[in-house]
Parts: sequence; structure tokens; C-alpha cells
Amino acid sequence: MKIAVIQFPGSNCDRDTVHVLREVLKLDTELVWHNEFQGNTFDAAVLPGGFSFGDHLRGGIIAAHSPATKAVIEMANEGKPVLGICNGFQILIEAGLLPGALLRNTSLKFVCKWMDLRIMSEKTAFTCALKKGSNMRMPIAHNEGRFFAEEETLNRLEAEDRVVLTYTGGNPTGTSRTIAAIANEDGNVVGMMPHPERSSEPELGGTDGLKIFESMMEWARC
Amino acid sequence: MLVGDIETTLTPDEMHYARQQLGREPNALEWAMIDAEWSEHCSYKSSKPIIEQLPTTGKRVLVGPGYDSGVVDIGDGYVLTFHIESHNHPSAIDPYGGAATGIGGVVRDILCMGTTPIALLDALKFGDIARSDHSKWLMKNVVRGIADYGNCIGVPTVAGEIEFDECFERNCLVDVACLGLGRKDELLLAQATHPGDSIYLVGGSTGRDGIHGVTFASRTLAVDTEKERSAIQIPDPFTKKLIIEATLEASQARILRGCKDLGGGGLTTGLSEIADKGGTGIQVYLDEIPIREPDMSPIEIMISESQERMLLVVVKGCEETLHRIMRKYGVSASCIGDVTSTDTISVKRSTETLASLPTGFLANAPIIDRNSRLPKPRKHEAEPKPPSDLENVLLHLLASPTIASKRWVFRQYDHEVGIRTIAKPGDADAAVLKLPNGKSAAIKVDGNARICDLDPYVGGASVLAECCRNVIAVGAEPVAWLDHCQFGDPNNEEIFWAFSQAVKGMADFARTMSLPCVGGKVSFYNQDEETGKAIKSSPVVTVLGLIERPEHVTKTSFKQDGEAIVAVGKTKRELGGSEYYHTLKLDGVRPPILDFEIERRTHTAVLDCIRNGLITACHDCSQGGFAVSLAEMTLAANRGVTADLRELPRDEMRDEELLFSQSNSRFILATNDPKQVLESISRHEIPAAAIGKVGGNSMKLTLPHGSLESGLDKMRAAYDDSLQRILEPWQN
Repeated sequence: MKIAVIQFPGSNCDRDTVHVLREVLKLDTELVWHNEFQGNTFDAAVLPGGFSFGDHLRGGIIAAHSPATKAVIEMANEGKPVLGICNGFQILIEAGLLPGALLRNTSLKFVCKWMDLRIMSEKTAFTCALKKGSNMRMPIAHNEGRFFAEEETLNRLEAEDRVVLTYTGGNPTGTSRTIAAIANEDGNVVGMMPHPERSSEPELGGTDGLKIFESMMEWARC
Repeated sequence: MLVGDIETTLTPDEMHYARQQLGREPNALEWAMIDAEWSEHCSYKSSKPIIEQLPTTGKRVLVGPGYDSGVVDIGDGYVLTFHIESHNHPSAIDPYGGAATGIGGVVRDILCMGTTPIALLDALKFGDIARSDHSKWLMKNVVRGIADYGNCIGVPTVAGEIEFDECFERNCLVDVACLGLGRKDELLLAQATHPGDSIYLVGGSTGRDGIHGVTFASRTLAVDTEKERSAIQIPDPFTKKLIIEATLEASQARILRGCKDLGGGGLTTGLSEIADKGGTGIQVYLDEIPIREPDMSPIEIMISESQERMLLVVVKGCEETLHRIMRKYGVSASCIGDVTSTDTISVKRSTETLASLPTGFLANAPIIDRNSRLPKPRKHEAEPKPPSDLENVLLHLLASPTIASKRWVFRQYDHEVGIRTIAKPGDADAAVLKLPNGKSAAIKVDGNARICDLDPYVGGASVLAECCRNVIAVGAEPVAWLDHCQFGDPNNEEIFWAFSQAVKGMADFARTMSLPCVGGKVSFYNQDEETGKAIKSSPVVTVLGLIERPEHVTKTSFKQDGEAIVAVGKTKRELGGSEYYHTLKLDGVRPPILDFEIERRTHTAVLDCIRNGLITACHDCSQGGFAVSLAEMTLAANRGVTADLRELPRDEMRDEELLFSQSNSRFILATNDPKQVLESISRHEIPAAAIGKVGGNSMKLTLPHGSLESGLDKMRAAYDDSLQRILEPWQN
């Protein structure tokens, strides 16, 4: 399995994500500069966190209209696993792969904090190695991560098991129904505000995030 | 002083010296260049003779003061670089932009050594935020400026310190330190050594922002500060992020001979310094410099401090590779000149030479020999009466902005990006970062204006001692430090005396510790023109330490109930400059004394215990005294403690004095083997005592003349959200 981590101008969690996939999990991973990205040479894609294109206009929107994201949409349509972390989640929403919007935190401030999370669905490419209802800890770090969607959409997401992670013990950003991560209908595309790559080495605070990437391996096997 | 229609800050003596050296009258552009380069900010003309007494060499020091960053060898082919910058004057007018561009500047200092910025720290000083809306506004926007900029460029902000005092009401201090990591064989220096190499300007275009920034920083803030707005640069973290990536890629491609950040003094300073260090000259072609506004004059172009620009010295023949790398990141790059063998900085527009100044003359301002005068002794203050309720005093101190949790601040900073942060803000006395060779870096900034105000010599030394203690407490050996001296107007002889004394104190203590100073900064004129009031003496230091093994990393939090509490060091009756006195609106007369030799032995004793695996938690005992430090440990662990302070190594004094005295050379340790810890410490002839145990839901202290008990919940309510209550009372 070959994984692409796509580097946009302004991405800043790209090398962290590559480090975890390559050095910790020993996966075949390539850091690809956005305008050199070819979807057909990879089996999975990760859109890392950061401030692609400086978050100009609004978070993720410029990257969402880049040729690289067009290739990511094709991969998603072919059923390949696609993960958007933080700014990557914003890009997936702006690209129309996931519903809703990510608004400014209600505190109007950037929030960097380790959070307790609950796994709400194990039917996705990034949670299939996890148990629904179990808990994990990962940090969040963002200014615009308040997931928002109309009631109807929220109900549908819940009914279709597409709410992937929720915050427990507090709502750090004012997000709808404490949602931290959602999936597309097929479960192969997931967007999440927490950073699994920051929760992948014990000395940094925990290794729960590894299970997100390990799920991707398991998904590819079946 | 007015020269033609150019307003300069040069003195008549300096102008006389310039004419004499050149043997002619400089033209307007040349005067402007001399003015920028000879400003206090760029030339250190007042401070140089004083800061030269700092020890700067050591076995790990590869590059000391005089370059953009200090460089420390950490073994296995790796180096750490670090530097500190202040952006005090700009932040006093535009706190958001001033703080943000301050980060931009210090990040470029790291970058131009060919190293990757891996951590930011900030030391902030504001007025009394509990009373002043102006200081509240400054603090909120400074923090937001640091957050927006640091978070965007992907460099974690991992530690800092904040001090609040009325003297900073009109002159807030905003200092940012940056730590960099790189390979020894990829180090770059800011010098142009080879004639024939090309000088490239990369990054942003040159505009009118930041014009006269250095001369603005080299005098006191005027009454009508709004007029100074054009002296403030505009932050653009996205461009900065691209410049970081592009510069590092060019550096790794080995096509650069040197690299220089363009900050204070703009092109003039950058060019003259790389040529002076390289022993060369530079020919600049003004028409090749991309400008943002069409009608900029040569003077404006040569002294503009527009942000996000770097000067690269590109090896002859490698220009095409540079263009390819810059194109990838969409960073503009223009060849603006050549390195020459003429020892002259000359500025050309088409074929006309507009300025031509000898490199050595321009880069080395004449030193000013300033006078200093001992201030009058302080008036004796009446001793305060004992408080009626000790718990109230404790809770009041825990909620005081200087001591209270800085969570409101560091939650806004991405302190995780880069996945190196082992000890995060609030976890430990210093930040700890994972390094690629199995070691860890510990880093902290510290200052204490109140004790420096009482005695700048003892104060300077104590600030450095405290910062070393913070680094020791996490299990690191201090290896190098940076000084940063912030004072009022150096024309005031008493202020210059205080500056000289503070540096002497730091230098003497650093020599005792064999701790080299590898860089620093001097910021004068932190003074309000309207009231004539200067800030208190505010030296700030940054200490870098190395942790040999991951298991040595030690945090503030107790691990389990039953651990023994060991107090290290003697508590004396020393309340001058303390937080307790500050709450009573008293300054005190003398700061706590610092016995350099005892301090040094205390550091060795504690570090030995940590390295022998005996210590489960460690905290330096400083602001707020013993009671506050112990309370901070209970809150970090959410575990109570019972202790008998009659056992504490101490002089005889009243209970509140024992609880809140800020004597130096003290630590609080937690251990499962108190006997061995005490034995180990006594070998260094340092007093220590086992005084209690971890457990329960409160801090229960038996005192020589009474007792004090406070519940964890009560202490947490005071400590955790105090800043939030002051700054954003409407948020829960």
C-alpha cells in the first residue's frame, strides 16, 4: 500500500504525518508537492493540517479547487481511503466530499488542547480497527473547527453512522452535537479536527492516534 | 539632527566622525544609510563595551554573539541555534502586528543559519491588567498576534513567561525567542566571503512599511505615537512559511554561501554586515530591487524594513538552481547585486553611483562611552503587619496575574506542531523538545523586573539563576544562554548604571556556572516621553539545556499518593521584590541574596538526584515562595499534600514570611526514596529536609506558629481561570 501525504503551500503538519506513517508505522509513504500529485500512483491519500494557501479567503477553499484535490476526488470515487486532518478536513468539505461547514470556534480563539474523544462509528476506513463506543485521546489545534450543518444533515449523518468521533467531557469549539470527525457515505473518506499524528508516540502524550492509521491498513486488506 | 531634508538620530560628534573618516560630506542617501546602521538598535554603540564582559566560549559553542543566532553543538552531527528579539516599540502601538512581526524577525535569524525553527518562546510584560483596559487590550492583541503568526508558520510556541507591573503600562515588552535545529555540516553564516558571488533578495517586495523602524526603536515613544505607524511592518505568515521552506531547500542544495535576515535597518544593515563579516564589498543595483510602490526614493528602498525578506549569497553559477527552488514555492527572487573585492558598499541606479561607503566604516559605528551614576539609596519601608488569614493571602497570590495559570494564553498557541513537544506549557518548569539524536532540549525564558529594580546586579544574576533552575528542574544540564537587556533611555546616567550592573551580575554568575552566553539583544529607550517614566530594569534571559536520556525528563506533577516531599535549600527572611509584598503595594528594600557557589552546588545536587532516577516531580521555588510553588505541584497532579514546615531548612521568621519569602537556590522534589535523596544532596553540602507526603484533597501545612490548609478545589478556582476572568469575564 502506497500512501501520499499532499503538501500544499502553507501545510505545516505534512512532515509530522509522514514521520508517523513512515518511521513509526513503517508504511510506504511519500510527501508529494501539490502540483506534482498523481492520484493513480497511490492507494491512499492524507491531506495534512496547516494553513494551505495561508487560509486566504477561508480555510481550505483555495486548495479545494487545486488540481491536486481534483485527483483526490477521483481517488475517493474509486473507493480509496482519503483522510483530511484539520485543514485537510476543511479542504474535503470545501471540495464537496463531505457535507457541512467548519466555522470559527465560538470562543473566537485558536484552541490547542488534548481532548477525550468517543468512537461513534467503526464502519469507516479510519476507525475500522476500533470499537464503537470506546474512547481515545488526541490533541486539537485550530481556529475554525466548529462543525456546522443543518438539523436534517446532522440527523442523516447520525442515522447513517457517519459521525465518526465526538468530543466527550466538554465541547471545546461549540461544534454541533460535539462532532469532531465525519465520513462520506461509503466510509472511505473521513475528515477529522483532532490530530492523530500528534498522538502517535508515547513520550508526546499518547499513541491512540496510531489506530486511525492502522485502520486504514486494515480497510485496505479487506 | 537634520541633514539637508533628512532627519537623523546621529549626534554632532558622530556626524563629525563620519565626515572625518570619509574626507568629504556624505550625500543624503549616505547619511540615511549611516543613520540606520549606526542606530543604537543595529550598532549596539552604547552597550558594546558593557556586554563584552559576558563569557561567550564553551566546549559546545560553535558560533557565539555577533551572528544572527548562537550555535550549540549537541553531538552526533547536530546543532541547536537560538536567538531572542524584542518588538517592544511596535507592539506598544500595534500590539497585533508588532508581536507577529517580532516572531517573523527571530525566525529569520534561525533560518539564516541554515537551521529549521522548531520552537518559539515569549516573554511578555504588561501593566496591571486587573485595572488597566489599555493593558488588557495590549495583552489580548499581543497574544493573538503571536498565535496567528506562530501557528500559521507551523512553529510551536512551547513556553514563556509573563510579568505584570504598573511600569509597563505605556511600554509593554514583547520578547520572542526561537530555537532551531540543523546539521553541523549544513550551517550557514551571514557573510559574503567570495567576490563574484551573487546577492539575491528573496521573499516579499520592498515597501514603505518599517521605514525608520530602527531609529524609531532607538528613542523613546513620542506622545503622538499614531504618527509612527509607518515605522511598523506588516505581518504575512503565509509568505514567511514559504520562505522558510524555500530557504531551507536552497540551503540543503548547497548553493548558498551565506544568508542574512533583513530586519532592523533593512538592506543597508543586511548588506554592510555580510560584507563586513566576509571582508568584501557589495555592488547593489537599485533598479533590480522589486518595490511595492512605484515612486519610492533610493533612501526609502535602502532603509525600508518590509517583512518577509531574506538576503542570500548564492555561489557563482548556481543562480538557475536557486530560481528553480524559489519558483516551486512561488517566492520571488531577484539578483540585486554582486560581491566585490572593493571593501565598499556602493549603490547604483542604472549607471549612476548614488552612494559609496567603505564597508568597515558603515558596519562599525563609533562606540559611545556613556557615563553612569549610582542612584540614591531607597527609602526604608515600614514592615507590613501580619495578615489575619493566611489562606486568603495564598488564594490571592494564586490568582494574581503574574502567578496564575497562563492557560488562557497558551491554549491559543499551537504547542504540538512539529511533534517534538514532550513537556508542554503548564507541565514543567521548562519546555522539553525531542531531538533526533536521542537527547532532548530544555528551554526557558525568565525575567523579574521587581528584583532587578531593587538591585540590578543581584537581580541580573538571580534572573539567570532562576532560569537555570527551571532547566535543571526538568532534568537538563544548562549548556548556553542568551541575554536580553531592556532598559530606559541610556542618556540617563542612573539607567545606564543599572544596565551595566545587570550585565555584570549576569556575567559574574555565568562565569561561576561556566555557562557561555551565545547571543542576545539590547533594547533601550523603553520609556514614556510624556511622563518621562522608564520601565524597571528588565533583563530577560533564555537558557538552553540538554537532557541526556528520555527517562530523565521530569515534570511538576506528583505521580502518586505517598510520595515524599523534599525541600532543598534554605528559606531566609527575604521578601524584597516578592509577589507577597507586591500585593501589599510594597517594593521592599533588598532582593533575596544570591550566593553563586551555593546556587551552583544546589543545581548539581538536584540534577544528580534526577539522573539517578530518584525524583518523580520537581519544581523550582520562586515567585510566590514555598507555599505557591507547593500549591502549583498539587494542582498539576490534582493530589493534595501534608507537610510540616517546621522541618524546613530555615531562619526564624513569621509564618507568612516563611510561606512567601522568595529566597534563591531552592527546589521542591517528590521522591519514593527520601533517605537516598537526602544523603545524595547532603554530599553537596546543601541543606534539605523531608517535610511531608503526597495525598488527600488539600494542601495541609503545619507552620512554626500556626497552620494553613486550603482545598484543591479552592486553590484551583483561584489559579486556573484568573486570567480568563480578568480578560474575558463574559466567557465561562
